[in-house]
Amino acid sequence: MLTLENLNELRQKTLTRSNLDDKRQETRVVVGLATCGIAAGAQPVFETLKAETAAVQGVNVYRAGCIGACRLEPLVEVYEPGRAKVTYTRVTPEKAKEIAARHIIGKTRLDEYSEELDFTGQLRIALRNCGIIDPEDINEYIARDGYQALAKALSDMKPLEVIETIKKSGLRGRGGAGFPTGLKWQFAAQNESDQKYVCCNADEGDPGAFMDRSVLEGDPHAVLEAMAIAGYAIGSTKGFIYIRAEYPVAVKRLDIAITQAKALGLLGENIFGSGFSFDIELRLGAGAFVCGEETALMTSIEGKRGEPRPRPPFPAAQGLWRKPTILNNVETFANIAQIILNGAEWFAGIGTERSKGTKVFALGGKINNTGLIEVPMGTPLRFIIEQIGGGIPGGRAFKAAQTGGPSGGCIPAVKIDTPIEYETLLELGSMMGSGGLIVIDEDNCMVDVARFFLDFTVDESCGKCPPCRIGTKRMLELLGKITSGRGEAGDIEKLESLAALIKRSALCGLGQTAPNPVLSTLRYFRREYEEHIRDNYCAAVVCKAMICYEIDAEKCIRCNLCKRNCPSGAVTGGKDVDYVIDRDACIKCGLCVSKCRSDAIKKKNC
Amino acid sequence: MATEEKIARFREIAAAAKGTSGSLIPVMHEAQELFGCLDYEVEKLVAQEMEVPLADVYGVATFYSKFHLEAKGEYQINVCLGTACYVKGAEMILEKIEDMLKIKVGHTTSDGKFSLEATRCIGACGLAPVMTVNDEVHGQLTVDKAERIIKRYMSETGRK
Ligand SMILES: Cc1cc2nc3c(=O)[nH]c(=O)nc-3n(C[C@H](O)[C@H](O)[C@H](O)COP(=O)(O)O)c2cc1C
Ligand code: FES
Repeated sequence: MLTLENLNELRQKTLTRSNLDDKRQETRVVVGLATCGIAAGAQPVFETLKAETAAVQGVNVYRAGCIGACRLEPLVEVYEPGRAKVTYTRVTPEKAKEIAARHIIGKTRLDEYSEELDFTGQLRIALRNCGIIDPEDINEYIARDGYQALAKALSDMKPLEVIETIKKSGLRGRGGAGFPTGLKWQFAAQNESDQKYVCCNADEGDPGAFMDRSVLEGDPHAVLEAMAIAGYAIGSTKGFIYIRAEYPVAVKRLDIAITQAKALGLLGENIFGSGFSFDIELRLGAGAFVCGEETALMTSIEGKRGEPRPRPPFPAAQGLWRKPTILNNVETFANIAQIILNGAEWFAGIGTERSKGTKVFALGGKINNTGLIEVPMGTPLRFIIEQIGGGIPGGRAFKAAQTGGPSGGCIPAVKIDTPIEYETLLELGSMMGSGGLIVIDEDNCMVDVARFFLDFTVDESCGKCPPCRIGTKRMLELLGKITSGRGEAGDIEKLESLAALIKRSALCGLGQTAPNPVLSTLRYFRREYEEHIRDNYCAAVVCKAMICYEIDAEKCIRCNLCKRNCPSGAVTGGKDVDYVIDRDACIKCGLCVSKCRSDAIKKKNC
Repeated sequence: MATEEKIARFREIAAAAKGTSGSLIPVMHEAQELFGCLDYEVEKLVAQEMEVPLADVYGVATFYSKFHLEAKGEYQINVCLGTACYVKGAEMILEKIEDMLKIKVGHTTSDGKFSLEATRCIGACGLAPVMTVNDEVHGQLTVDKAERIIKRYMSETGRK
């Protein structure tokens, strides 16, 4: 059994050994090895750095989670005693060799490979350890005050005090709906039962979101510690983490984390000698978006088809196996230990009147700096897009930001000064969602985007209730009709009345929110819908039925690449004859444009 | 592993899990890993060893998209059509690969080498557009880059 004293000793020992703080005596080299980093080729970089420095005294190479700047991956950070940190970007194994020889060993920084990452305006609470500690070593988490909050809760606080603290902090759920976390815990605590459960929602089904993956890959213990605290608060001894199978790296790191925590006695029987026991099991999802919904998630953990159940009864009364259960999102949990350690007032001092703390966003789509960011609630969208995100690539115009995924909506360019809060986003017809923030530019058609989301919902509808199963399908058909140039007067009104009906009558959140992407694009981009229907015109030049391709004879160098690559044989021409595209034969796949070396082929409305 | 060995191995897995509530889905993950898919024979085995109705096994297998009833190709290509990838033109990449392999999405080539699927977000949106081939993630794709990657796999398997 571990005592608080042991924990403090471990913290001190690891701080020295791992050179995690400013008092470091040795060089600490960190490689970002989350899924994005690995995809960009960070693993061979890691191996190279390890091999090149293996024989060098005073140099240690570690793996870490997401450092935050996806577009610059692979990332390597070098922390040396008494010097400022250096961040190397787009590192290859060859560059890594040079960095090892000239910088890590030779002590000369290579400015040509490094770039200072700008974190202005960001505040890291949920992500505080991501990209810094080795997620596969519990000692590094402990060195950064890990498990101190659990120790504090178990030794100095009553369960009710824990709940009061979370309530006072103003923390609201980060999984979408924004329900006050402390209140949820209180409800479950009040329900008497022989068994209660703590569940963590790591299903992250919103396409275009990777906040939870990053937390789990970069700092898995933060979630385990928080679940144990929640267990203590509501009187539960058993936790489940429901994680999607699409996240193999996160699954592996959670597995390691649970094993290490058990080995140290931070999970299991009689934690810190307090008499409180808590255990956590992993459950893998199997690719069903609806399983992110709380009742469906619980049905899935029970081993059945993940269909939602009507509420009430709410999970706080009858959840998993009909026992009182709380379910929180990964990011919600990632805030808990910090709130316990720093106090409710500290957390409530961050953010706005109604939305406290910070929010993690996955910035993606048409934005220069794709990546993971964490900003105080209330940060204006403009700051996120222009400052942190670095604007839109290719000088294109910002059109909208999509939040809340298939349940959400978009924030149009005219509302770019909106502060990001739960309520303001709802007023705009969007929602906070879990944190996917997809930037859309003038080259994206909003009707097509709405069709994309409906296509997703139709695919993912579980089929249990008719409004969702049939209604969304009818909406998708209407959208398909409009984008393929067959739209008719009255279609928009049909979409609106179907949307209202589905929202009112669907069984679970999936159906109830499915019409949102359509309603929100209709609200701000109705003209695009009308132009598609009335004029057969797609302003963004996306909808295939309304566009054609043309070769500019002036620019064409007659290289034959377009003709050779055309899958439908629509291109004719030769050395002495102008190249032209036969509009009837063209299937508008756009391959010729991507192949053309002289920028001679253009897409246009016709 | 020979089929009998696999069956024996599966019996061990099932025996260890049977009786724990909620263990059906984890066991089915293992069965699929072991046998490659959940076809009728495998489903019957799962039902028998876990002592649950075959209908339950089939119900679960058809509900979740990760479970498949037919064997997949040696190389499983997954093109992400999540939001971030979609707005960056992932559809064109999918069409190109369909064209190269001469199959539609959701199908397997007749020689059993490649199967092509569209997925919804693998969480590497920062590198969109993205595809995976087996467990390897390829990011920041263009049509050309995707073509080169698929060509490399095709030549590995000796396909033209
Ligand atoms: C269709 C649907 C999908 C959802 N998917 C997720 C998800 O992937 N992750 C998540 O944390 N919450 C998801 N939610 C919200 C959960 O039902 C639940 O509100 C949340 O996990 C509660 O945790 P929180 O209070 O900490 O936010 C989804 C809801 C619906 C209706
Ligand atoms: S949308 Fe393609 S990886 Fe997320």
